[in-house]
Amino acid sequence: MSSKGSCSLHSSIGKKQVMGVSGLLLCGFLLTHMLGNFTMFIGADAFNKYSHTLTSNPLIYLAEAGLAALFLCHIFMAIKLILENKAARPVSYHMRETSGRGSTFASSTMPYTGSIALIFLIIHILGLKFGTQYTIIINGVEMRDIYKTTIEYFRDSLHVLGYIVAVVSLGIHVSHGFWSAFQSLGFNHPKYIGKIQLLSKLFGIVVAVGFSSFPIFCYLQGGK
Amino acid sequence: MGGNNSDTMSLNLKVWRQKNNKDKGSMIDYKLDGVSPDMSFLEMMDTLNNKLIKEQGDSIAFDHDCREGICGMCSMMINGQAHGPEAETTTCQLHMRKFKDGDTIVVEPWRAKAFPVLKDLMVDRGAFDNIMAAGGFVNVNTGNPQDANSILIGQENAELAMDAAACIGCGACVASCKNASAMLFVSAKISQLALLPQGEVESLARTQAMVAKMDELGFGNCTNEAECEAQCPKGIKIENIARMNREWFKGALTSRK
Repeated sequence: MSSKGSCSLHSSIGKKQVMGVSGLLLCGFLLTHMLGNFTMFIGADAFNKYSHTLTSNPLIYLAEAGLAALFLCHIFMAIKLILENKAARPVSYHMRETSGRGSTFASSTMPYTGSIALIFLIIHILGLKFGTQYTIIINGVEMRDIYKTTIEYFRDSLHVLGYIVAVVSLGIHVSHGFWSAFQSLGFNHPKYIGKIQLLSKLFGIVVAVGFSSFPIFCYLQGGK
Repeated sequence: MGGNNSDTMSLNLKVWRQKNNKDKGSMIDYKLDGVSPDMSFLEMMDTLNNKLIKEQGDSIAFDHDCREGICGMCSMMINGQAHGPEAETTTCQLHMRKFKDGDTIVVEPWRAKAFPVLKDLMVDRGAFDNIMAAGGFVNVNTGNPQDANSILIGQENAELAMDAAACIGCGACVASCKNASAMLFVSAKISQLALLPQGEVESLARTQAMVAKMDELGFGNCTNEAECEAQCPKGIKIENIARMNREWFKGALTSRK
């Protein structure tokens, strides 16, 4: 037998592993982004100072470029895999049922929840990062008043609703994606796979509930 | 069949009919009376074929051989599930008592680019043979074999290898996977050899070669849904796919070829 064959990234397993690693790193971003956003519960100054600390660091451009590369890598690979998977079954079934013992709502809707998250990501960046610019002086330092932008943005109940739908989709997406990454990387053993799957579901709930808390908080603040 | 005649069922069957590989094919409706609950699904299909031969002379082609659940030949998508709704059951071991009088049953062939339909419910599963030929074996030298007892094999590995070797290569994993991926089959074959000392030696090269062949033949990519495991008549676990992923990664890092 010859081991000659595929360039690693052209192999079905290589592609799975790229999806898994990029997905796990993006999960890390989600977690840090959420933890950082919790500063808005402390107050406007804390949130603005947190945002200023991040954006005034010149390394932010490197971090943003890395993050963009991760997203592009994950999205590009996903599109490639979806097209290949579609081509692998040119004639679909007249009737197809799942057994109820394997696939889940989260696992069977990955392309859809992922697409919702992608559309949301673009709207989210345009509405907040590139949203209305206000400045504020805290302790003699002039900085962007991102708190005000955020509060204003979520005065619109449609923005709140859209955000919640998107982060719930994202929660569903990661509830399968997180454990799936471990499986793709070869981590599946009866002694721990149950715990990874449980952690994956919990992570999905934390993402959905944690991120939903921000627009709800802002909406309640904005009403005052 | 020692069936009770008073319990016979009438069924509405929707069966995929396709003359040959070039034909477009379509679902055809049939009505079948007098089906005993004690019949296997294949015996029910035989009864339908007897009726068709008497009436039209054109029976439905389907694969079958041992009818004991071990050969892997029977391959039907029954009501949207590979080998029907029962867990760990081949079509030949599925009994009509699992259905009710008046039921409509949809019967289709496996659907995958790599499994072209030959006729009606028969598909060409030669792609599996090609994957096996790419590396699903152990190279041995000629000459006298060494004493079997001189090769120690841990009990746990022996059991895991045996579990993987239970794969009958029926293709239900490909059929049930929404992506038509063959990873459960390939990983079972890779695992049964990788877990034993005789096969372990060539495991990395074998995995690279078999996965490359699988990709070349046009099977889809795994998205870890585990529907293959759920519909596998032999209960092969996706833990094998994780083992294959590990072996493949090790091979991708270390292969010098």
